[in-house]
Amino acid sequence: MKARFVLLAVAAAFAAIGSTSALAQAKEQFFPVLSYRTGAYAPNGVPFANGFVDYLKLVNARDGGINGIKITFEECETGYATDRGVECYERLKGKGPTGATLFHPLSTGITFALTDKSFVDKIPIVTPGYGRADSADGTVFGWNFPLGGTYWTSSDMLIQHVGKKEGGLDKLKGKKIALVYHDSPYGKEPIALLQERAKNHGYELLLLPVTHPGVEQKATWLQIRQQRPDYVFLWGWGVMNSTSIKEAVATGYPREKMYGVWWSGAEPDVTPAGDGAKGYNALVFLSPAGQGQVHKDILKYVHDKGQGTGKKEDIGEVLYNRGMVSAMMSVEAVKRAQIKYGKKPLKGEEVRWGLENLAIDDALIKKLGMTGFMRPVSTSCVDHEGGSSAAIHIWDGKKWNVQPGIYQPDMSILKPMIRVSASKYAGEKKITVRDCAKEAG
Amino acid sequence: MFYRENGQFKSTYASDQQMLPILQDRIFMAALLVFAFGAVPFVVSDYLFLSLVIPFLILALAAIGLNLLVGYCGQISIGHAAFMAVGAYAAYNIALRIPQLNFLVVLVLAGLIAAAVGVLFGVPSLRIKGLYLAVATLAAQFFTDWLFARVKWFTNYAHSGSVQTAPIEMLGWKIDAPVEKYLFLLGVLVVFTLIAKNLVRSHIGREWMAMRDMDVAAEVIGIRPVYAKLTAFAISSFYCGVAGALWGFVHLGSWEPLAFNLTLSLNLLFMIIIGGMGSLLGSYIGAAFIVILPILLNQAPQWLGMRVSTAMTSHLELMIFGALIIFFLIVEPLGLARLWAVGKEKLRLWPFPH
Repeated sequence: MKARFVLLAVAAAFAAIGSTSALAQAKEQFFPVLSYRTGAYAPNGVPFANGFVDYLKLVNARDGGINGIKITFEECETGYATDRGVECYERLKGKGPTGATLFHPLSTGITFALTDKSFVDKIPIVTPGYGRADSADGTVFGWNFPLGGTYWTSSDMLIQHVGKKEGGLDKLKGKKIALVYHDSPYGKEPIALLQERAKNHGYELLLLPVTHPGVEQKATWLQIRQQRPDYVFLWGWGVMNSTSIKEAVATGYPREKMYGVWWSGAEPDVTPAGDGAKGYNALVFLSPAGQGQVHKDILKYVHDKGQGTGKKEDIGEVLYNRGMVSAMMSVEAVKRAQIKYGKKPLKGEEVRWGLENLAIDDALIKKLGMTGFMRPVSTSCVDHEGGSSAAIHIWDGKKWNVQPGIYQPDMSILKPMIRVSASKYAGEKKITVRDCAKEAG
Repeated sequence: MFYRENGQFKSTYASDQQMLPILQDRIFMAALLVFAFGAVPFVVSDYLFLSLVIPFLILALAAIGLNLLVGYCGQISIGHAAFMAVGAYAAYNIALRIPQLNFLVVLVLAGLIAAAVGVLFGVPSLRIKGLYLAVATLAAQFFTDWLFARVKWFTNYAHSGSVQTAPIEMLGWKIDAPVEKYLFLLGVLVVFTLIAKNLVRSHIGREWMAMRDMDVAAEVIGIRPVYAKLTAFAISSFYCGVAGALWGFVHLGSWEPLAFNLTLSLNLLFMIIIGGMGSLLGSYIGAAFIVILPILLNQAPQWLGMRVSTAMTSHLELMIFGALIIFFLIVEPLGLARLWAVGKEKLRLWPFPH
């Protein structure tokens, strides 16, 4: 028994050594894909991963890669667990001729763990709409890119929206807002901003944590029944979202007064609740549900060739589109970096320059066939977020309808908070702050 | 033939009492140490260090800690990740507030704080036994989960409840490369294993085992249950506290209370059940089984050249892993360490078995 086990282990070790040493100098750019297609978060993880991978396949099939450099990719299942995510990171970071291009951890917990490693490995961590809110500060978080939004910007926009509904932010005085959140770094991120805003506007903030995986929420909703908050903000992920909406139906809490963050506003969140989900609101950033030119291309070049990743019918779902634009921003970053470093496989360190100099404007969005499915993002060495904007969309029982009115975060509140938090991180980790003016020169 | 102690006479008390009485065992252990310190750093890749070897070493230390309590003293605990959490957060706070302290001192202090908490949660063991005690130790788990998630002081008022550690530096040695981490951990582990080995051979270990085998009889021959049980809780929690601090500082670098949840507690318990209760070797084997096997299984289809989707791979991983646990428990209910012991017995008789 023992001998067989040892044999197996030795064989496995050899295989591992063999697979890492086979580094051919090919003209390839390697994209690691951390995904989760199993577990309590799979309903949301699957469409995102499908959109991400489909776009990479599209770039290969339609454009022949990024300026002739073929994209290679490998998926690794994290199950949304931090330890497995870190293992996947270590497994994939050295693959391909130049190592991993950049990482999309797709979990705030994994982002926290990888942020630490990015300083040593020099591989960018891209977290569109999630991750650490203070990582928008590129001078401290040199390798993090929360492109297009963070939890602070999203909660800020939600407060603006309910303020507008009430007829002005000052009308929020004396109101009660409940935050039903996933009890993890993801769910706790917005609290700081909501508390800061509560100080200014005088609303009362109820904090209602839900423990992983979030299928047990009876106690939480009992509190909502007792306290009767004026609004409920939902900060869930995976099965927690649909459970919350079902509990709201059972409790009789009006769905019209429920607002989800952009991770709590996709098809898998509302469809399990059936008709009960009608009227539920959520934020939507970068790209809403629907199909445009780029989806036609994906169908034509990828799915019709039998190379599609998921089901054809799911193309154009909220999370599919978000995965797609996440991949697009990564590809554009590589394109951008190629201008400076040449059309060859690039290292993570070189791709960072591309991410720091992203300029995705309306013209480029049109060229990519993404009109209506992407908002402009432009970054710099200091600002790794690149501007954030979002709208509200409402579920009508069949599809998501985007409401008129685009919100933008109030940076006068956010900027000082980001600065304080980032410099605290720099102090704890003993990081030397980058001087962006010097690097540019 | 080779593994036989014929002709090895013990002429002094010292030689009779030494830790490894058989010459072959001493040679084997010395060779193993030379291999671990001298060869492994050169042959193992960074990936294997970071995702297999380092977690294995740290969890082996925690498993030894739990084994001292469950395997040697017979007090079941299903909340030992709680003491790891106490160790990790204690180390974090000490290192944050007194940054000039040597990391080894921080480790020991974290262990001592965990030991104090362990004694506190060990008090119920004086009145309740067996499964009832196991349920009582769950309280430790849920209490620390709550404490570190809700009391902001422990996490230095971090927005998200997630803490980060500064890089470890000791007397000018900056431990950040995987090899350095490995060597540091290996050193810690060797020292702690030596201490554990000597503890279980000493009067204190014998008291624990007496307590485990029959507490009434032990009391009759003059062993104080309060002392025996609480020392077991204290030392076990000390080990887990140190392991927790290492898990946070060396392995994770940044963690949230979820990192020390019930799953980790149960994993620790599985480690010693599969590895072998009341065996230090079993703690190592069990840790290897729980840490390394799932990751090997996860990558096996790729090595074998099979094109399987990642979802399928992780389902397969769970199925095969579960089946293997059942298989080993049926084949050897006393744990994998027992298989090793049986093998050694057979070797002594080989090639002429009775």
